[in-house]
Amino acid sequence: MENEAGALSRVAGLFSARGYNIESLSVAPTEDPTLSRMTLVTIGSDEIVEQVTKQLNKLIEVVKIIDLNDGNHIERELMLVKVRAVGADREEIKRLTEIFRGCIIDVTDKSYTIELTGTSSKLDAFLEAVERSAVLETVRTGASGIGRGEWVLKV
Amino acid sequence: MSVEITGAEITIRCLQEEGVQCIFGYPGGAVLFIYDELFKQDKVRHILVRHEQAAVHAADGYARSSDKVGVALVTSGPGVTNAVTGIATAYMDSIPMVVISGQVPTSAIGLDAFQEVDTVGITRPCVKHNFLVKDVAELAQTIKKAFFIASTGRPGPVLVDIPKDVTQQKTKFVYPEKITMRSYNPVIKGHARQIKKAAELILSAKRPMIYAGGGVILSDAASQLTELTQILNFPCTNTLMGLGGYPATDKQSLGMLGMHGTYEANMAMQYCDVLVAVGARFDDRVIGNPKHFFNENRKIIHIDIDPSSISKRVKVDIPIVGDVLDVLKELIKLLKAEKKEPDHTALKEWWKQIDLWRERDCLKYDRSSSIIKPQMVIEKLFHITKGDAFITSDVGQHQMWAAQFYKFDKPRRWINSGGLGTMGFGMPAAMGVQLANPKGKVACITGEASIQMCIQELSTCKQYKLPLKIINLNNRYMGMVRQWQEFFHGNRYAESYMDALPDFVKLAESYGHVGIKIEKPGDVEGALKEAFKMKDKLVFMDFITDQTENVFPMVPGGKGLSEMILV
Repeated sequence: MENEAGALSRVAGLFSARGYNIESLSVAPTEDPTLSRMTLVTIGSDEIVEQVTKQLNKLIEVVKIIDLNDGNHIERELMLVKVRAVGADREEIKRLTEIFRGCIIDVTDKSYTIELTGTSSKLDAFLEAVERSAVLETVRTGASGIGRGEWVLKV
Repeated sequence: MSVEITGAEITIRCLQEEGVQCIFGYPGGAVLFIYDELFKQDKVRHILVRHEQAAVHAADGYARSSDKVGVALVTSGPGVTNAVTGIATAYMDSIPMVVISGQVPTSAIGLDAFQEVDTVGITRPCVKHNFLVKDVAELAQTIKKAFFIASTGRPGPVLVDIPKDVTQQKTKFVYPEKITMRSYNPVIKGHARQIKKAAELILSAKRPMIYAGGGVILSDAASQLTELTQILNFPCTNTLMGLGGYPATDKQSLGMLGMHGTYEANMAMQYCDVLVAVGARFDDRVIGNPKHFFNENRKIIHIDIDPSSISKRVKVDIPIVGDVLDVLKELIKLLKAEKKEPDHTALKEWWKQIDLWRERDCLKYDRSSSIIKPQMVIEKLFHITKGDAFITSDVGQHQMWAAQFYKFDKPRRWINSGGLGTMGFGMPAAMGVQLANPKGKVACITGEASIQMCIQELSTCKQYKLPLKIINLNNRYMGMVRQWQEFFHGNRYAESYMDALPDFVKLAESYGHVGIKIEKPGDVEGALKEAFKMKDKLVFMDFITDQTENVFPMVPGGKGLSEMILV
């Protein structure tokens, strides 16, 4: 979409006005600073997804829209999670982080802050693996997606 | 080097470049520089309304009756919020319009300044697009874009919000001749293979039906729709927005369909085997309950310029995205080249069935009543104006009777708020119609409830000598609300009685117009004739009509098209 003030609120407004769900939404300018790229995750029947796509396409600032599920694609989400880490838990959480290929990016004597990237379900799995009461805070970016192989989304 | 001019002058120059002859507006602090520039020139005429809602409705009526883009100019804050009802009305009916609004200076935006509202935010869900111009260098290009977006593709209102300081800043004026936008390229031509498939399906139909909506009017495709219908000998129904798209007095017209459509149109919709939907969107007032609609099998061809209108409420078999005019031309060309003919034997049977439905005479009413029947007023109006008037309406029973009983043979003659259903639309829209068609006969069919929602415009009509004929069907009730309360709320008429009505004759006279009160059926024709003889006067006719009259047929909410309540 055009990297213009208000474009994002048009997308968000469309979803609330028409009663569609936004599961997650991530947006930032691209290598072409006049364009932003947004990955939006929504849930609905085929008919609803078709309507969502058509309605988004109608927004003047939307340049192009593709349903990544129409082909093979890769998606990743970033999560930062702060966990309580004391005593024996410190080693356990460190190991868990390694298993999930995350990194500990901040440490205090009582906590770790972990950076984790992956599909949304992998991040969910990590949170399930950690003892619930140990999780102090999480922040997630929502998924970003891109097509597999040499196929590119070009304007 | 050319001279630099102010943003205010640029705004007016842009309107001139677009060929805008008439705009509707109301001045205020944020637009004073623009008004100053309007004052200095005489190419763009400004019509001063009495309330911003009316400015937008008038621009809307101007657009609907002329195929031009309607233009309204309002100030910031309350100017804009008053205009919102008009903008939403135009949006729902896809009317090409540009609204220019003043805004507080850029330095004051966001500081809760006097007469500040987030105009772009407030209007976002009811415009096709909107802009906030923060730099005078972008002004001309933005206005060009606004006209381009408003008038192409599926038309709609576009708002340009201009902060006051931008109207003072200077730059060189260059009006772009053409504009291209990478993110906006509406499809015009229909897909050739889809059109071919449609032609084949059409020729195989045994019980065909053409269902045509406002898209036919907007794309100026009435003569193509008529040609298509007549070469095929198919029945045709028009939606409320599509009246005039096919001549209503022709034998192949089944009249309007939908909640208050004719028995024959609704039955034919329900029981056809091939449905050709042209510039229509299967909305809830048209097909009723979609599940019930699909109790019968039929194949559907859907021609529409807006892909999101296709398969929104109803799944279709052959979608054709494109401009109705373009697609119909292609379709007619294909059908003419085709050696195969429609199935005449099956069609004969189908018409026989339709004629049986017609015999139900679903629009009958008591013609010998001693109280004025509203239907009779409209029938007389139709005869006296020879079907050639521009008719605007407000919203309610009178609107439905107007749609049922005034037989529109031409497009752009029927101007009503179909989608949003805005009471108060009729008179200001009629002002716009009269200004776009100075020689046309313009009548506003209204009721005593609706007319009071924009009654102040009688003053505007006086100022600009607009000789409207106002047909007030006065039943002392919000008639449609009363009807629903009678049918569905156990005759409990909660707040639908219009108490303390003004004396409309005196009211009209106090604004400098002519007022006539008509209380007997025998006086209806005479009053109408007399009114239309007064060519240069606005005549307010207050018809005291039957309070108990209801609109029939009626498809109750949630019911199917063939489940009509009949008189």
